[in-house]
Amino acid sequence: MLKGKIVVPGEKVENEIKENIYFRNGEKYSQIVGLIEEKKDIITPLNFTYLPKVGDKVIGIIEEIEASGWFVNINAPHFAFLPLAEALNEFVDVFRTDLSKFFNIGEIIYAKIINIIGNRIIQVSIKEEGAKLEDGVIIKTLPSKVPRIIGKNASMLKILQEKTNCKIIVGNNGLIWVKGEKIDKVYEAIKLIEKESHLSGLTEKVAKLLENG
Amino acid sequence: MVELIKDGKRVDGRDFEELRKIKIEVNPIPNANGSALFSFGNTIAIAAVYGPRSLYPKFLQEKEETLVRVRYNMAPFSTETRKNPGIDRRSIEISKVIKNAIENSIFSEEYPRTVIDCYAEVLSGDGSTRVTSLNALSISLALAGIKMKDLIAACTAGRIGDKIIVDLNQLEDNYGDCDISFAMLLNTNEIVLLQLDGEIKKDEFLYALKVLKEKCKIIREEQERKIKEYFEKNA
Amino acid sequence: MLEKLVLELLKKGKRLEKRGFLDYREIKVENNVIPRAEGSSRVKIGNTEVIAGIKLELSEPFKDEKESGVLIVNAEFAPIAHATFEPGPPSEEAIELARLVDRLIRSSKTINFEKLKISDELVYGVFIDIHVINHDGNLLDASALAALNALNNCKIPKYEDGKLIRNEIIGKLEIKHKPLYCTIACFEDKFLVDLNQYEENVVDSKIAIGLKEDNTICAIQLLSGKIDYDKIEKILEIAEEKTKYLRNFVF
Repeated sequence: MLKGKIVVPGEKVENEIKENIYFRNGEKYSQIVGLIEEKKDIITPLNFTYLPKVGDKVIGIIEEIEASGWFVNINAPHFAFLPLAEALNEFVDVFRTDLSKFFNIGEIIYAKIINIIGNRIIQVSIKEEGAKLEDGVIIKTLPSKVPRIIGKNASMLKILQEKTNCKIIVGNNGLIWVKGEKIDKVYEAIKLIEKESHLSGLTEKVAKLLENG
Repeated sequence: MVELIKDGKRVDGRDFEELRKIKIEVNPIPNANGSALFSFGNTIAIAAVYGPRSLYPKFLQEKEETLVRVRYNMAPFSTETRKNPGIDRRSIEISKVIKNAIENSIFSEEYPRTVIDCYAEVLSGDGSTRVTSLNALSISLALAGIKMKDLIAACTAGRIGDKIIVDLNQLEDNYGDCDISFAMLLNTNEIVLLQLDGEIKKDEFLYALKVLKEKCKIIREEQERKIKEYFEKNA
Repeated sequence: MLEKLVLELLKKGKRLEKRGFLDYREIKVENNVIPRAEGSSRVKIGNTEVIAGIKLELSEPFKDEKESGVLIVNAEFAPIAHATFEPGPPSEEAIELARLVDRLIRSSKTINFEKLKISDELVYGVFIDIHVINHDGNLLDASALAALNALNNCKIPKYEDGKLIRNEIIGKLEIKHKPLYCTIACFEDKFLVDLNQYEENVVDSKIAIGLKEDNTICAIQLLSGKIDYDKIEKILEIAEEKTKYLRNFVF
């Protein structure tokens, strides 16, 4: 069950709320459909579109190669940009090097959003905690379902990995990278979590699903 | 001539200022970023919002804000006699006024250089199709996570003789003396859609606006209730 | 190009050429300018110029309409009139303008369609075409004024043996009312009328109010932007005063 209060655009909210609000006549109103959790001062979006935030870790697909880096599809309204300096530790002579040998179109990366300028220019980095993800497939879910797929202290994710022997990385942007034999099982489990994320006993249900076959 | 009022009731048995039954389905189109079905009685519209998403070719992009595109369309089976498929002049005009309503309800500057595509299909038309479409789009935009000043509440009013009525059905639209399409953001007290066709005196018109505002409150509450109900079950 | 200038002026409560916020530019009307058309009018409001031409054509009456008359209004924003007008199918603005002029004339029951009946199966259809010659804003008020003047001067050719004999006139089209549009803009807390092309791009909102000579409302359209609910009454008052003024230019 949801712990907190759901708000819709135009609904008055308490004064301490900081994000996704606007002022009118000295009062604060929500701009979005979202959840205000107890003792929290933000409205968490409850929607179907991923809007990037600095600090988010995302799965991305290389879309274009430029002279100074790569454009990456991160399932958001705009492509993100991975600059050379945030991708490689070595020096590269961009005039003599084919950048596709590092990251080619269609390849998958795990990256962190380090900067957003004017809602539009999104910079990502793979220097810390990032990586190029070899092989594997991408499964798409709703960004709002990501916390349930990871679970408390990553408990759900652990079960998914242990019971299927798959490598799984969940991006905040709703893209999930999976590599291993039982990809179909992981897919089934994710769909179950999406459907029943509001019900209790979900972890047991998922474990049961994965054990049967 | 069609008799639109009999024994103090309207052709479908309603009181003058009574809305038809409102029905809302939330997220009927999983492919869209947000979608909703809205009906007033026999008028049914389904809407979907795709975006904000990248816009190409580049010259179409708005530097500081998003581009809103709207397509209002009536299905061939939605009318009494089959409507030729495709966009006619009426649909183009309605799409334009709906677009204006949406542009003035969202925080456009949050999504520079993107496009938000808004589609409304009238599945069954029994009057008031444009406001039904706009109500469906309001919910769709909210579900898509688009930042908005308020949910958009839309309704029609009209005049039959000396009576002001709301939520016109097809007969009242065709044979009434006046019809008004109206949408507003209650939170900011702003009218975002206003069209009037037919004849009406100033006092009657101002009274109709007052009734419309009251009815929009009910419509907005219903949108809010359904959105919350959906997320309580599905989030 | 001049948007920045007019915006600076508006903020200071001024307009180009010392015009007041509720003043129209100079209006010139010339009727019967198109010899081939049954009715025509050329209207200038400042540098804005439109021509409305009426052709009467033999038509079948619509069966399921409230009124039996045939009225078709079309508007052409030809590339001749502005650098941003492009050839090709009509823009949404042109379609909206045509439909608004149509609504104004139809809602107010201005045309006496009874006089245009030839038989149960045949009527004189009224085709109004609005041609923009130079666009410097406020096309709707100018177009409605031109259409009404053209209707007021429209000649009815003789019908004989299944065709119209254009050079034999049997009478004049009868108009019962004089509906006109006044488009009002909101800028901050002020109201303006008769915007030029630059002002149109910088105001907060525009709303068209169509009124008959007895101030009965016969069409309204929020053309752009949003309007404070509490401003509507004031807007109607301005429209009443301004359409009364514009009616001096119907001959």
